[in-house]
Amino acid sequence: MNAPEQIERTDKAALNPEIDDLTKRDYEWGFVTDIEQDSLPPGLDEGVIQFISAKKNEPEWMLEWRLKAYRHWLKMTEPTWALVDYPPIDYQAISYYAAPKSADDAPKSLDEVDPELLETYEKLGIPLEERAALAGVAVDAVFDSVSVATTFKDKLADLGIIFCSFSEAVQEHPELVKKYLGTVVPTTDNYFAALNSAVFSDGSFVFVPKGVRCPMELSTYFRINAANTGQFERTLIVAEEGAYVSYLEGCTAPMRDENQLHAAVVELVALDDAEIKYSTVQNWYPGDKDGKGGIYNFVTKRGACRGDRSKISWTQVETGSAITWKYPSCILQGDDSIGEFYSVALTNNRQQADTGTKMIHIGKNTRSTIISKGISAGHGQQTYRGAVKMLRGAENARNFSQCDSLLMGDKCGAHTFPYIDVKNPTAHLEHEASTSKIGEDQIFYLNQRGLDTEDAVNLIVNGFCKEVFRELPMEFAVEAQKLLSVSLEGAVG
Amino acid sequence: MSNDTNSLLSVRGVHAAAGGKPILKGLDLEVKPGEVHAIMGPNGSGKSTLARVLTGHESAEVTAGEVLYKGQDLFELAPEERAREGMFLAFQYPVEIPGIANSTLLREGLNAIRDHRGESELDAIDFLQIARAKADILEMDHAMLSRAVNYGFSGGEKKRNEVLQMLVLEPTLAILDETDSGLDIDALKIVAKGVNALRAENRSFIVITHYQRLLDYIVPDVVHVLADGRIAKSGDKDLALELEAKGYAWLEEGANA
Ligand SMILES: Nc1ncnc2c1ncn2[C@@H]1O[C@H](COP(=O)(O)OP(=O)(O)O)[C@@H](O)[C@H]1O
Ligand SMILES: [Mg+2]
Repeated sequence: MNAPEQIERTDKAALNPEIDDLTKRDYEWGFVTDIEQDSLPPGLDEGVIQFISAKKNEPEWMLEWRLKAYRHWLKMTEPTWALVDYPPIDYQAISYYAAPKSADDAPKSLDEVDPELLETYEKLGIPLEERAALAGVAVDAVFDSVSVATTFKDKLADLGIIFCSFSEAVQEHPELVKKYLGTVVPTTDNYFAALNSAVFSDGSFVFVPKGVRCPMELSTYFRINAANTGQFERTLIVAEEGAYVSYLEGCTAPMRDENQLHAAVVELVALDDAEIKYSTVQNWYPGDKDGKGGIYNFVTKRGACRGDRSKISWTQVETGSAITWKYPSCILQGDDSIGEFYSVALTNNRQQADTGTKMIHIGKNTRSTIISKGISAGHGQQTYRGAVKMLRGAENARNFSQCDSLLMGDKCGAHTFPYIDVKNPTAHLEHEASTSKIGEDQIFYLNQRGLDTEDAVNLIVNGFCKEVFRELPMEFAVEAQKLLSVSLEGAVG
Repeated sequence: MSNDTNSLLSVRGVHAAAGGKPILKGLDLEVKPGEVHAIMGPNGSGKSTLARVLTGHESAEVTAGEVLYKGQDLFELAPEERAREGMFLAFQYPVEIPGIANSTLLREGLNAIRDHRGESELDAIDFLQIARAKADILEMDHAMLSRAVNYGFSGGEKKRNEVLQMLVLEPTLAILDETDSGLDIDALKIVAKGVNALRAENRSFIVITHYQRLLDYIVPDVVHVLADGRIAKSGDKDLALELEAKGYAWLEEGANA
């Protein structure tokens, strides 16, 4: 980036009084120190977006893209149709840029970490060295993750696979980012997606070239800097013709995060004969027993099966967050393309989740499968919201949907809203739904056979979720089971 | 009745309520190792309440009395601890549990009991061999093992499944709560065969039934009649025949007299 461009940006920033103050304050150290500023005061306007973009050394087109999204966002209103209830969010009270914390602020060792958090790690069976990393202990002091990540990256590079942070991709592969970004989730798509497009912090970028099968599960865990993607994460995954990739997002350990609002966007693109498998285990802080302090998770995830015979599968296990608003979807554009959605969502205490999927059938012989398992305990409220659309050209499209709810106790709730819109008479849809309750009689029956209540609940819950768990990569599935049992501790008996 | 220290189970002056209503009003019962006791009584007399008291179901609220099981205070033990100590209930109304395979429940239960006894857990293959052999005794299709626990089972299949679990878990004290009701004569014979196969010196049974018919196949050592919250009468197997002929009213007249 050259100097005149940078100066132009400071000028734009000066339009905003707050940024104006900030730049004035910093002026004596000159512009360079200005972008080394570690965080912005709360507030959002064009100056803030310019600051973020400059901070990331982004090319002009990226800034323009962000600004366009921001200007559109200003004209939008926050959606209210979801069955979740939370106090109004003050978007001017949020700080939109915070640099990764330096190692100096991080806990120096596990002794400095909240014992309750450590106890949870222990229950989940997370290896000692990983616990430290998760709790934010300065990683280099514990184990050399960087070298692991580097060998991993070399292996992928040999195959022509790109796997890096989103910021890095903007710098190193701008043509690819430009070609695909916003083509699945347009900046104008919805309120939270528009906000994300304007202010996104970082995220992941994956590109698997034609004919390449990615030989390992890609996990953010192995990506350097993964810990600090921030509250507005942006992910883009592209599988070219015949490519295959399995991507794992998240982590079963409860992630600490001071930001309450999270609005991520994930875009997947599968070309002819390509397959993308995207698995998530989300376990953000759900808040205390009364729901205080939990994360609001408003995510837009969408995959485009752009090519013929392409396939996209979403598998998610959602146990965290105070509020979840999330509908991983598939646009089945290519003929014979396949979309799948396998979901387990758990709400306990005061957690609320409105989640589901959209399957949009455009091409001929497109097929989709929806398996949704909702578990509510305590005062948890859960809504399944699913839409299956079959457009006029979707000859012989097929959908199978199954939505099951499991209730524990009598203060929680489960709601199901399936929307169906069929424009082609050859389309075929099947929908099954059930609601069951973990009754005290079931627990007693299992107690009477020698099982304690915790094992009894786990057995019932795992049985209920098995169709989803078997879609997860093996070690993830084992972790997910443990996670559910920890999340449900004390929910019965 | 004596407070025999050789008893496997000593129920002494137990009072219990269900839904706030007193049901058991001073019940005594002594069961020695190897004995088969039949408990008969009209509908609503508290037979299932007794089973719930013994197995620790919270709907049966014990208000007085004590129960010793293997010499220890039964009420100190949680329901799963009673199960691990060899107490088994074949439920009058077996509960459906979608999502858990019959074989999974049996293996988890058996391993919990073995673990409690300090024995090693059985691996999947050894376990399956045992489970299949027991299913054969009851002329049950092996496919029943992989079906969800009682889920969509017919009434008769549920009862037979209870007996299968009993055969696999090999309890010390088995309580059968109207396992015969809803069974045709052939099924009844098969169930009786399963129970008789398990009869042993160190194993006792409490067989709750409405009908004398079952006792032709499972011959009891003692027959008790439960009425008005107590054991109103005890006798040998002929008492069951007498009841069958005269009805419970005869007994209530006697009790009120
Ligand atoms: N949970 C409960 N709440 C209220 N009443 C109950 C409950 N359980 C049992 N009862 C009542 O207690 C009495 C005895 O029931 P039960 O022991 O099941 O009788 P039996 O098995 O001899 O037919 C009945 O009047 C029944 O309605
Ligand atoms: Mg009964």
